[in-house]
Parts: sequence; structure tokens; C-alpha cells
Amino acid sequence: MRARARSWLKATAAAVACLCLASCSGVLAPKGPVGSANRTIMLDALAIMLAIVVPTILATLAFAWWFREGNTRAKYRPDFVYSGRLELIIWSIPTLTILFLGGVIWIGSHQLDPARPLESKVPPLEVEVVSLDWKWLFIYPAQGIASVNRLVIPAGVPVHFRLTSSSVMNTFFVPELGSQIYTMNGMATNLHLQAEKPGTFRGQSSHYSGDGFSGMHFLTHALPPDEFGSWAARTRGQGPVLDAANYRQLARQSQDVKPFTYGAVQPGLFDAVVTQKLPPAAGPQEGRGGPQTSPGDRHK
Amino acid sequence: MLGKLTWDAIPWDEPIPLAAGGLVGLVIMGVLGLVTVKGWWPYLWHEWITSVDHKRVGVMYCLLGLVMLVRGFVDAIMMRTQQAIAVNAPGYLTPEHYDQVFSAHGVMMIFFGAMPFIVGLMNFVVPLQLGVRDVAFPTLNSVSFWLTASGALLTNVSLVVGEFARTGWIAYAPLSEPAYSPGVGVDYYLWALQIAGVGTLMSGVNLVTTILKMRAPGMGYLRMPMFVWTSLGANLLIVAAFPILTATLTMLTLDRYLGFHFFTNEAGGNPMMFMSLVWAWGHPEVYILILPAFGVFSEVISTFSGKPLFGYRSMVLATMFITVVAFMVWLHHFFTMGAGGDVNAAFGIATSIIAVGTGVKIYNWLFTMYGGRIRYTTPMLWSVGFLVTWIIGGMTGVLLAVPPADFVLHNSLFLVAHFHNTVIAGTLFGAFAGLTYWFPKAFGFRLHEGWGKAAFWLSITGFLIVFMPMYVLGLAGMTRRLQHITEPSWRPMLLVMLGGVGVMIAGVACQVTQIVVSIRRREELRDWTGDPWDGRSLEWATPSPPPAFNFPVLPDVEGEEVYWGMKQKAIQHQELVPEPDYKAVEMPRNSPTGVVVAFFCSFTGFALIWHIWWMVALSLLGAYITFVVFAWRDHVEYEISAEEIAAVDRRRREARKRWLFEHSEAEGSA
Amino acid sequence: MSAAADQPYQAPARRDPYQLGRRDPHAKRQGGEATGHGEGGPASKRIVTAYGFWIFLLSDFIMFSGFFAGYAVLGGAAAGGPRPADLFEPTRVAVETALLLLSSFTCGLASVATQARKMVLTQLGLLATGLLGFAFLVLEVQEFAMMIAEGAGPSRSAFLSAFYALVGCHGLHVGVGLLWLGTMMAQVWVKGFRDDILRRLACFNLFWHALDIIWVGVFTVVYLLGMGR
Repeated sequence: MRARARSWLKATAAAVACLCLASCSGVLAPKGPVGSANRTIMLDALAIMLAIVVPTILATLAFAWWFREGNTRAKYRPDFVYSGRLELIIWSIPTLTILFLGGVIWIGSHQLDPARPLESKVPPLEVEVVSLDWKWLFIYPAQGIASVNRLVIPAGVPVHFRLTSSSVMNTFFVPELGSQIYTMNGMATNLHLQAEKPGTFRGQSSHYSGDGFSGMHFLTHALPPDEFGSWAARTRGQGPVLDAANYRQLARQSQDVKPFTYGAVQPGLFDAVVTQKLPPAAGPQEGRGGPQTSPGDRHK
Repeated sequence: MLGKLTWDAIPWDEPIPLAAGGLVGLVIMGVLGLVTVKGWWPYLWHEWITSVDHKRVGVMYCLLGLVMLVRGFVDAIMMRTQQAIAVNAPGYLTPEHYDQVFSAHGVMMIFFGAMPFIVGLMNFVVPLQLGVRDVAFPTLNSVSFWLTASGALLTNVSLVVGEFARTGWIAYAPLSEPAYSPGVGVDYYLWALQIAGVGTLMSGVNLVTTILKMRAPGMGYLRMPMFVWTSLGANLLIVAAFPILTATLTMLTLDRYLGFHFFTNEAGGNPMMFMSLVWAWGHPEVYILILPAFGVFSEVISTFSGKPLFGYRSMVLATMFITVVAFMVWLHHFFTMGAGGDVNAAFGIATSIIAVGTGVKIYNWLFTMYGGRIRYTTPMLWSVGFLVTWIIGGMTGVLLAVPPADFVLHNSLFLVAHFHNTVIAGTLFGAFAGLTYWFPKAFGFRLHEGWGKAAFWLSITGFLIVFMPMYVLGLAGMTRRLQHITEPSWRPMLLVMLGGVGVMIAGVACQVTQIVVSIRRREELRDWTGDPWDGRSLEWATPSPPPAFNFPVLPDVEGEEVYWGMKQKAIQHQELVPEPDYKAVEMPRNSPTGVVVAFFCSFTGFALIWHIWWMVALSLLGAYITFVVFAWRDHVEYEISAEEIAAVDRRRREARKRWLFEHSEAEGSA
Repeated sequence: MSAAADQPYQAPARRDPYQLGRRDPHAKRQGGEATGHGEGGPASKRIVTAYGFWIFLLSDFIMFSGFFAGYAVLGGAAAGGPRPADLFEPTRVAVETALLLLSSFTCGLASVATQARKMVLTQLGLLATGLLGFAFLVLEVQEFAMMIAEGAGPSRSAFLSAFYALVGCHGLHVGVGLLWLGTMMAQVWVKGFRDDILRRLACFNLFWHALDIIWVGVFTVVYLLGMGR
């Protein structure tokens, strides 16, 4: 039994070490107000539940230890099978916990609804996001530019994302900035995020979308607002134009695309994707050098 | 002639599936050869393959489940090794292959590993605990098993003929639509699940009818053992939820085969509806997995604490509560789809309300242990292990039920850790507790305790080493289903998890060793009394293994904990109840219907996958003819004479008298 | 056994540890009535078979409700193609409904004849049921064929997919029912009114009437409500 206690101690120490690792990055180290609010609610809920769970685990271990057969000091009470008082407590503990949590859930779900605009003195930056197989397209309608596999935003400014997909479902997720949202073809979802200070954050898709899914990560650069402005100005007019033809080209299946930008964007392109005026992108193409399709359909 | 099927369907250019397939093929040939050489076919055919005895069907279900659990575990080993190696490197599994591995891992573990094992336990134990001779529809029971086996077969065939789905274990649209998954993989998935799904549904109907309409005289609802109550809940969920899966998979099948537009991107299709429908099945499914495990723990904890279950009525209420609320929470699987604050909050609250039911159960188990005299046999170890680790999974589940938390944890490794936490610590630990608890009843000898304990300690340690770091990685932002990793800071945790897998492999090895060693040393592990654990419910009143007819005379149930009461009365009066009036008993005859129907269904499925239409028609005809042949039988039962029953029962009574004598000697000298 | 217990285990003094308020459990049971509530032992085969089949039918209803849900969601997604009002013919639906309801009636007549153990009447009733059901199917297949010929096939739009799936699922059940019916007619003819055959006939009756119930749902939700869209 002492060996068991020792191994539990080791497990706890390992757990603490693990958590330290986690707290240096990702969800527990948010860099924006949405992520911070997510983390607060998560830790609050966790604390509420740990207050119940930890004593329960300890009680389990204690009972399991004390009432073992070899312990002659423990009182054997074979007719202790019902106690009204205990039942009341047993039902109340989870119920009260859940009532409390219910309040957190109601308030949190509304305050952190991804479609809810952020409170800010500064007007939001509009970014239109299209998830493709297997890369990300970011369109800046106001700036008239677009970027593939690299998101550049101004720090301290709320960003309003409108998102869609060219083909299959994905989620747009920058863990350090907070909430994710699905991207789906034929409709537009909404997300509001903000980076508090300049920095570089990792972004990815969190919904498996096919063979190239693992390569669907991108960097998010939060620049000071004036630097963002100069980046946008520099990018405008440089490089290819994102028109319908180039979009169709981009939408063909490809993996590990290096980041690049478009110097001009056909107006209304995003809406054309949402309304399916630009039809959904095709899947695996046989004989086009795309990913290997199944052996069985070579003779379809 | 053969539809889409050509020699190219075999993955000649991929060494791993080829080698694996070859190995499995050799093993199968070896087993079949051994059986033939030893002349075991008649025995296997008459005693097992065509058996409609719930005990035999239950054991076969458990065997299928165990084999497929190992198969799914092999996939897990492949995934862990790939992720540990492929940090800024391609690893040894291409994306096409890796994507099949994680999809097959989920499908095999849930549909062909955990579900059959749980159904097998329920099949074996429930009629015995109810004090009756068999389930309501014995031949249907056999058909259900063989259909499940057929689904498992199809899934495994996809390894070497064609491919498996590359969509994940729930084949989300529009990825699973023919536009984005043109191969046969999703078709294998669909037909394997449809065939097995019919089997599971039939099994659900069977057990619900048995529990509600076939119990020993005097066994009112509140005298049923807790395992029966949880089985009732699980089977009600099966009956109510599996049809939704059937409908949804049919819709996807229609999309793929006939160009329908249920879930396509164009022509008005609605991929979100696939999510909603499939999770309306998917959430009740996880309660189907966990409720029988809860039942096992109730039985085990009360038996080995030497006390009745604490708060029985509360437990019944909690079980039914969980069963009902299980249907009200499914949207929590897609909080991030953007349903809005009201909808998300409503489902979040409903999800956390389920925690009330499970919380009540945990406390009732705790207070069952309180004041008990706990014997730490292997089943009890699994149960205490469950109590301590499962609660973490339950807690993270309620955490994920908070939409703002889910917004940053959805589809991350935190989620993966949560559901493995609940399924492994709950269903799997319950499965092993049930296996070691009821094995003596099924086979007449106990499993070796030492190896069992080793299996437990290694498994729980390995489990913690794999899945606790997984929570951390999820919090660090790592998402699931990655074939390669581009974030080097995740590597240490991935390596730790790989180490944990090694410990789990050792645990599995010990489990297998336990079974092998126990079989070889079965004489010294023999259980003569039929009651090796000093049990409390009716299955322990039978000899081990029970005869085909279970009970010579259906027991007269006079209170809760029927068998415990019978024992105490016997101890008090120092004698057994007088011999009953033995009468002849009619039992259902064996039937090859199950295995033959499954044979035809396997070919139907295979033919549908490869578009071999004439084979589809012929196989369906074959299945229909099989049913008609079965329906045309004139002799459906066989009689067991009163003398035979008397002989079996008198042997049991002798063993019981010996036990009573030894028991009172021991008590006298205490 | 442990040394901690001084005397052998005593059964608890309270006979009602769970405080269920039941009367003395040793009181003699009222004989025989096997209602399946536990007091009398397992229910008879007849009850068990019908009950189990009912549970299966309920599960079948749930499967249909999946298709109904699909239709509810996709019913408006005509993708610029034909809408319900363009396609549905009230007369045809009315005739189909009449045929099906009539077939349920003849099925009931057949079951009355079965109870009276009249073979020829039973077979006539079942035959009439089968013919009416078959006529229903012919009309339905005709409707599908016409719609497909007009370009309103299931691959035209999500609405049409949902329509064909829901109505087709019901039709498939009717078709399987007819196959079952034919088999049952042969069985009854050859083997007579044996107990197990009677049980299966009872199940068939339940099945056929349940299909009627579903059809009422189908024509209300799909045709009546659809034509109002």
C-alpha cells in the first residue's frame, strides 16, 4: 500500500510538471481578450469541479484503504445500505455544482459567442477567410489584398472574421487568441478575435479535412497598427491577382503551400464562394498528380 | 463481372498492410488448420457456432470483442509511434495510410471491440441474474452475434482488399461524400456498420424484452440486480438510438450510390444535418458503452465489500435518469459550429445535468465500500481503479460542456484524452472487471490472480502515462488526427505517451498470459461450488459452467439480493431447501441460421462495396432463403428429461452441502 | 472468514431494508397470472413475441423519424428545381391512401378469420391485403418513374432526395411486407394454424398496421404540407 501511495505522489508531481509545460503556450497562455475570457471560464469551471472531485478521489482512496479485509480496526457494517440523510447530500452535491456551473455556462455562452462583436473604441478590421484543401486564404476586403497561409493583423484592434470553406469542413483556430469556429461551404460563419500585443501565434485547422490536413497550419502575425498599414500598402499591387480563375486554381488540392500574397482581389469573391456562384472545389482528381486515391476506383 | 474489383485492389505497393494482411492470413490458416487436424469442427459447429444458448453467444461476443480490442490497440501503437517520430519529419506512415489507421482504430474499438464485449457480458449474465433459462429470442440472439462478426470481418478485409475510410470514425460530410472520398473506403465503413448495426439493434430488442417480460417468479422490478437495471438502460438506448444511425448511414449511402443530395455541398444538401443526426445517435452510444460497465462495478463492489449495494433505489433512479437525459445533449459535439448563445448554453446545461446521475452513482459506490470488508481480488482492483481515474474523465467532460471552454478545446488532444479517459477507465476497466468476475461462472475455473493483478497495475499505469500528458498537449493547442507534427515543443510529451504505450503493451501481454496460464492450470483453479466469490445474485446459484437449462426449477424470488438471502437461510437452518419437484424442460434447438445469414450478408456487403450487382442479388436471395428455411422448421425445441436435470442439480447440491459443512466448520472455529 | 466477526452473520432484523413498504414477502403469491410484472414468472411466448415485435416496431418508427427529420430540414431545399406543388398529384395520393387503409382492413378481416380458424377465409383476406398493397406499390413506382422522367429524380435537389428516401423507405417496407405476407400465406397453408405460425401472423398484423400509421405521417408531412409550400 505504501508503494501505491508513492506511485500516486510520483504521478502528481509529473502532472504538475506537465501543467507547467502547458501554461507556457497554447490555451492557457492567451494573448487576447477572447482567449483570456475562455481561459478564465475554463479555470473557474475547473476549480468548481476540483473542489468536489479531489475530496471524492481522496475519500475513495481512504475508504478503499481503511475498509480492506485485513484491517481489523474497521467496523464491518453489512446493513449500512440506506441513509436518507446521505442520499440527500449525495444528490445535492452534484446538483448544486451543476446549478452553479449552469450559471457560468449561460453567461459564458452568450458573452463569448463567436459572432458577438468585441467591445472596442477602434473599428474592427474585416478579414474574410476561406479554408481550402489544404491551405488557408485570408482576404482583406478593405485593403484589397489577400494572403495564403499567413494571417497578418494589427495588434490591439478587434478583427471580425467571416469564414467559409471551398470544399469540406474545417475549423479556424489560433489557440493563443481564443475561440475557434467551423468553416463550411455554402455558408458564412462569424468570429471576433483580438491580439492584445504584437506577436506571432500559431494557427491551424482543428477539424480533420483529408490527407493534407496536417499541413494546414499557418502563422498569425500581430503587428503594431501602423506597421500593419505599411504591410498592407506594400502588398497591394504586388504579385498575382485573386480573381475567379486564380481562385479556382488555388482551390485545387495541394499540400504544404508556402505563404504568398495576392496584390489585388476581385470584389465580392468571398461572397461568390459563400453563395456557391464559385462552385465548391473538387476533390481528388485522378491522373492530375493529386493525392493517391483508393486502389479501387482506378477503374470506375 | 466483378464490378470495380481488380487485382489492383490489393495494396501491392504498400509493405505495411501487405505484411499485416499476410500475417493475419497465416494466423487464420494456422488456426483453421489446427482445428481441422484435431477434429474439433463437429464440436465447434454443434456446441458453439450453431448454438442459440445465451451463454455460448455471450462468450463468442466477448471473444470477438477481445480480439478486436487488440486489433484496435495495434492501430493505436501505430499512431503513437508515428506521432512520436514524425516531428518535422514524414514518419513511416503516409497520410493516406495514417488516415485509415485512425479511422479504423475508432471504428474497431467502439463497434467491434467495446460494444460486442459489453453485449456479450449482458447476454451471458442477464438471463442468469433474472432466474430464467434464456433470452426472449434465442435464435435472433445468434443471428445478432454473427451479423456483428460479419461487420468486423468486412472492416478487416478492407486492410488488404481496397482501403478503409479516411474520414475518421464518424465519417463527417462532405468529406465522406463521393466528391471528396471517391474510393471504396467509406463504402466499407457504411456496409460494415449497417450490417453490424442490424445485429446490435436486434440484440437490444431481445434484451429489453427479456428484462421486461421474462423474470423469475416474484422478481418485481425493484428486486432486479443492478447489472440488470443498467443493461435495461443500455438496451433501451440501443433500441432508441441505433435506428437513427441506420437512417443517417442510409442517407449517406444513397448520396454515394445514387447521387442523392442529403449532405452534399451543392443542390441544397446540408452537411450540418449529418453532424446533428449522427451525434443524436453518437451521444446515446457512449452511454450504451458505459452503463453496463457501471452495472458491473455495482455487482463487483458490493460482492467484494461483503455488503449490499448502498442506495439501491437511488441507483435505479440515477440509471434511468442517465438513460433519458442521454438523448438531450448531443449538440455538445459541435458547439463550435456556431449555433449561437442560447442553443449552446441550453445543451451545455443539459450535458452537465447528466453529471448529476453519474455523481450519485460514484457516491453510492463509495458508501457501499464504507463499512465493508473489502477483498482485493482482480475485479475489485479494476473497480477501485475505475473510481479513481474515471472521475477525472467525467470532470473534463463537464469542462468541455462549457461552450467557451469547448471553443478552445474542441477536437484537441484534450478532447481525445477525455473520451479515452471515460471509455478506458469506464468501459474497458468494467469489461476486465466483468471478465475476471464472471469467467469462473462461464468456464468453471478462476483466472490466475497474480497475472490479473499485474495486468491491472500495468494497464492503469500505462493508461495514466499515455493520457494525462495528452490533456496537457491539448491545452498546448495540439489538435487531433495529425499525421505529422510541426511544433517541436510537443515532442517530449509525445515521447512520454509512447513510453506509456509500452507499459500498456505489457499490461495487455499480462492479460493474455493470464488467460493462457489459467487455461493450462485450470484444475488447480477449478471452482467446484459455482460461487467462488461469495456472490449475492442468482447467477451464483448455478453450477459453473451452468447447464443449458440454467436452473432446474425457476427460483422463487422473495426479496432483494435473492441468492444472498438463500445462502443466509441455508446457513441459519444448516441445510439446503428441500429438493424441488424436477420436471422435463424444453429448450430451443440449435440453428445454423445465424452463421449462414451472416455468411450471405458478408457477401452482400462485399458485393455492394465493389459494385458486383449479381452477387448482391444472389446473396440477398440466399439470406432470404435461409430465413424461410428457418421459419419452416417443425421441430424447434428439444427436451431435457427430468432425470437429467435431477442428476445435474443433485451434483450441485452435493457441492453446496460440502460448502455449507466447511463454512459452518470455519465459522465454528472462528 | 475474518476473525473480526464474533458470531455468524445474522440476516438483518428489518425485512424491508430498502423501505419499499411491501407486504410480508413470505406471503403466498397469488397463483399463475404471468403478467410479466415479476410476480408470476416469465410471460407466455405469445406475449413475449408480440411485445418484442412491438419494441422492434418502435425502433422502426424512430428510424422513420430520422427520415422525417431529414425531410423537415431539406423540404425547402429545391435548389431551383421542381417544388412539391409542381410534382404531387392529390388524386394519386388519395387513391394510394385508400388502397393502404383498405389493405389494413382486409388484414384485420384475415386476423378475425384466423381466430375462427377458417383457412380459406384467412387466405382470401391475406390475398386481398397483398393485392391492395401491391396496387399501392405499383402506383408509387409509377409516380417515381414519372417524376424521374420529368427530370425530378432524387439527384436533382436535396428536397427530392429527402422525398424519395422517406417515401421510398416506406415503400420498401411495404415491399418487404408483401414478401413476408407471401411467405406467411404459404406457411399457413402448408402447416395450418400452429402456435408459432399464429404468433408470426400476429407480428405481421402489427407490422402492416404500423405501416399504415407511418403512411398517415408521410402523406400529411410530405404531400399535404408539401403542397402548401
